[in-house]
Parts: sequence; C-alpha cells; structure tokens
Amino acid sequence: MTLASIAFGAVTGPPSPGPSDFDLPGIAGSAVTKPMVLVALSVVLIVALFYSMARPAAVVPGRLQFAGELVYGFVRNGIARENIGSHDFQKFVPFLFSLFLFVLVNNFYGLIPVIQFPTMSHIGYPLSIAVLAWLVYNGAGIAKKGFFGYLKHETVPPGMDKWILPLLVPLEFLSNIILRPITLTLRLFATMFAGHLLVILFSLGGEYLLLHSDPVLNKVAGGFSVVLAIAISFLEILVMFLQAYVFTLLTSMYISEAIADEH
Amino acid sequence: MISTFVFAAAENAEEEELNPLIPHVAEIIIGFVFFAILLLLIWKVVVPLFEKAYAERTAAIEGGIEEAQAAQKEAKAALEQYTAQLAGARHEAAAIREEAKEQGAQIIAELRAQAQAEAERITTTAHAQVEAERAQVLAQLKGEVGSMATALAGRIVGEVLDDSAAQKRTVERFIAELEESAN
Repeated sequence: MTLASIAFGAVTGPPSPGPSDFDLPGIAGSAVTKPMVLVALSVVLIVALFYSMARPAAVVPGRLQFAGELVYGFVRNGIARENIGSHDFQKFVPFLFSLFLFVLVNNFYGLIPVIQFPTMSHIGYPLSIAVLAWLVYNGAGIAKKGFFGYLKHETVPPGMDKWILPLLVPLEFLSNIILRPITLTLRLFATMFAGHLLVILFSLGGEYLLLHSDPVLNKVAGGFSVVLAIAISFLEILVMFLQAYVFTLLTSMYISEAIADEH
Repeated sequence: MISTFVFAAAENAEEEELNPLIPHVAEIIIGFVFFAILLLLIWKVVVPLFEKAYAERTAAIEGGIEEAQAAQKEAKAALEQYTAQLAGARHEAAAIREEAKEQGAQIIAELRAQAQAEAERITTTAHAQVEAERAQVLAQLKGEVGSMATALAGRIVGEVLDDSAAQKRTVERFIAELEESAN
C-alpha cells in the first residue's frame, strides 16, 4: 500500500506504511527522484536566503540580516566556538554552518506541504555528509599531529597502565574512527525515517478510518489518529531541528577532540 | 484473510528488496556533490559577508570607545585649562586690587601733600598780605604820627608847660581828639 495507490482511490485494505513509501519513482520516468531534486533545491534555497541576509553586511543590521546573524551566530558561537575553542574554530565555521543548514532544510522538507519528504530519510544523503564530517575531523587531526601522532592521540588514552592498552586501543579505534560516521548517519537517517513513517501512519490511518471504513468507532479512532498526526508533526519540527543541531554539534566535538592538545 | 496474508507476504518480499539501510550510490554521490556546492558558496560568499559585518561592528564599537576616551581626555584638558585660566584670572584680580590699593594710597598721599602745599601757600600769601597791610598801615601811621606829633608839639608849645599835670591833660585831650577824629 503506497501513497500513490491511496491517492488514486485504489483502496483494497487498511494502509500499511513501510519502506516502500520512501521508494519514490523517478520523475517522468527518469532516474531523477524527488529527494535528488529536493537536495538541489535546498542548496539553492539556503544560498539564496543567506546570501540575501548577509549581503548588506551592515554594522547596524536590518531585520533580515539580524535573522541571518541569529542563525550564523548560533552555529559560529554556540556550536563552533563553544566546542573547538576561540583559537582555531574560525576555519571550521563554513563547514559546520553549511552542515547545519543542509541538514535542517532537508529535514524540514518533511513537513512543508507539497514537498513533504525529509531528504535525510534516504540513507545515502546522511551517509554522504557523515563521510565528509569524518574526512574533516580526521583530516584536521592528521594535519595537526601527523598521521601516526593523530592515531596515537585518538586511540591511546593517556595515563593508562600498559597492560590494558591492547584492550583499549582497538576499542578506542573502533569508537573514535570507525563508528562515528556510522552513528552520525544512522542517528539522522533513523529519526527522519521513523518520524516520517509515523506521520504517514497516523495520517493514512486516520484517512482510512474516517473515509473508507464503516463502523462509528472507527471514525472516532480515525479522528484521534488525525489529531495525533498533527501532534506528531509538531514533535517532528522539534526533532528535525534537534537532529540538525546534534549532527553539527557532534561533528564540532569530533573536530575539537581531533585537534585538542591533550585529552 | 488468506488474501491479506498473501498480500502482506508480497509486501514483505518487496521490503526485502527495499531495505532502507542500503544506500543508493547515486544518492551518496548527489549528496556529496550538492553539499560540496553548498559548502563552497557558503564558505566563499556567505560567511565572509557575515564575518565582515562582525569585524566592522567590532571595529565600530572599539572606535566608539576610543572616540569616547578621546572626548573624555579633551574635556579633561579643557577643564584643566579653564581651571588654570580661572586661577590666573584670580591672581590677576588680586594683583590689580593690590595695585589699586597702592595707587589709591599714593593718590591720597599726593593729594595730602598737595593740600598741604596749598595750605602753606595760602598761609604764606596771607602772611605776606598781612605783612604788607601792616607795613602799609605802619607807613600811613608813621606819616600821620608825624603830622600829629607836629600838631601836638604846636599845641604844647602854644600853651605853658609849667606843670606836668597840665602836660598830661594836654596829651589826654589830644588822644581823645584823636579818638574822635578816628570816629
């Protein structure tokens, strides 16, 4: 049971939302799918919006510039400077700012009418930026400490007895080098996927119960389901923002740890 | 019931193929490429603009502080100048007062001396006048005394001067005449 089949009125049974709802066909038979278009659109939207906000570059900001600075300052001061430290946070600000906006806009797609699809619920997109984040924080560490110096920095905790190191080093390597991009990807993907699935479930369920089933009790349940769908949508707004924040925050923490002088 | 099961099974089979945890390579590449474009534009265009505004704001605030400090310094300098001027003016006023006092004293002394001189002059003139009048009166008197003496002598000679009593009477009469003529 997919969105399309409901929309075209081919109602054969209760809806069962699943991964198939996320498998959108290519637009007009091509290989270009909706999320691909949305990702491209997000770049255009972000750059157009923030360029127009930043362009006055006035000492006394206007309303637009002030709004832009609010977001920029949130990432620059609240995330980057707070975690990386005022000495070398500046060179990571463009990356973290882009990361935050990219995730945020692509998440918010999930609740914007007509668009209504969080790009990050396709695992390829969070994976691609998680890999980039992995490259950035490892690159920053290697650039600062050299390849082996960085490996030692990330895998050998200071002040440990020698006998425990054979146990600790593989663990640290696994958690600090291997698992981080995977957890970044999964966290973002899973919350977006699950959130969108919930919204689909409650809205399609509500629709089915209200319109396509007869018992009166079903109608009541359907109304409840629609109300829940709206409530979950509001919760999703928070989750979408939080995921963008968490992704950026964790990346900045990884960077900070990679270039830190000592643990 | 059976049909539902079959349907669900078919869906399950479909879901096996649609494992959402398996990324599409195309999507990874597209995510990568578009994020790179976004990063480039944000990095080269947007962030420098925000940073420019930040830097200018910092500069403006620092400039404002400097300006205020300069103004304060200027005000202090002006105050000092005014204080100095005021002290100078006071000093000058005191000097002027002192001088005026001196000058006043001098003027009084001068005037006093002048008055004294005038008085002396007046006294001298008066003395001289009195002297002259006296001399004149004396000269006149001398003449008159002469003629009177002559007249008296004539009378004395005209009468017998046998006793001093008669002589004395003569003189007394003469003087009384004199007094009468004077009147």
